[in-house]
Amino acid sequence: MDEIDREIINQLQRGFPICEQPYQEAAESIGISESELIKRIGYLLEDKTLTRFGPMYQIEKAGGAFTLAAMKIPEDEFDKVAEQVNHFPEIAHNYERTHELNMWFVLGTEKPEEINTVISKIEETTGYKVYNMPKLEEYFVGLFFKV
Amino acid sequence: MTTHLNEGQQQALKCAIQEGLPIDSRPYLVLANIIGGSEEAVIHCIEKWIGSGLIKRFGIVVKHHSLGYTSNAMVVWNVSDEIVDELGEQIKQSGLVTLCYRRPRRLPDWNYNLFCMIHGKNRDQVLAQLDELIESCQLKDVEHDVLFSYKQFKQCGGRYHNLEKANSHG
Repeated sequence: MDEIDREIINQLQRGFPICEQPYQEAAESIGISESELIKRIGYLLEDKTLTRFGPMYQIEKAGGAFTLAAMKIPEDEFDKVAEQVNHFPEIAHNYERTHELNMWFVLGTEKPEEINTVISKIEETTGYKVYNMPKLEEYFVGLFFKV
Repeated sequence: MTTHLNEGQQQALKCAIQEGLPIDSRPYLVLANIIGGSEEAVIHCIEKWIGSGLIKRFGIVVKHHSLGYTSNAMVVWNVSDEIVDELGEQIKQSGLVTLCYRRPRRLPDWNYNLFCMIHGKNRDQVLAQLDELIESCQLKDVEHDVLFSYKQFKQCGGRYHNLEKANSHG
């Protein structure tokens, strides 16, 4: 990754133009040609520096739901329970964290009422309580990683 | 009606762009051809979705691990309900966190109601950023805990139909 790649990543995380020739417009503000920008974005997607290039939807507005949930799992049971939990297709990321509540995952469903159903199923399958902590308010930062 | 997309076309557009914007000089024209609408209508529709908040960001999504951001901590605070919103706003504006949410307490096991994420290139950098946050938002007397992650078990690709999971934090 060189300086131009860094510039592309830093600028385009903040947004992408919506006009007939958006690559042309973005390229101008970076100071390269349109074809070079297109080529470089292609490479960055290929080598997986970028996961995606496009829209990030606000899930609640699209009718779906998300929540953050935690569980308290004894060390010797952890891997087994992690496997059971991750088996549910609704689970997005799942992290082991340094706390008594040591398993933290995000789950997403296409309809809000399905959240509780999935949580009950997880409790039933694993035999452990799930602490559901849905967001009540978002102080929107705009996820941004400077490179 | 060339400037508006019907419902079926809008649905098709949502699906078409979730895979990513076409890497083409006229990406919105490519999309218009896929869904059978005009380029102008596609542009208008995406602008409308951004305006309404359905699309909260439109641009590139990075894989933060491959950019070297391998350490992350969830920092949680026990803040009185009267000032939690004010503090949430302050933390957000500090520029030191990547996400900030208010969530319910789960007493007696969990008494924190304000959650933020700090990402860094290593653990020391995350902790230094936390010190800076405590300083700039005057948080040193606020009960808090730092939950580092040491293992990630699952991360799936974020798409519309599986609800942007990879990029959301619930």
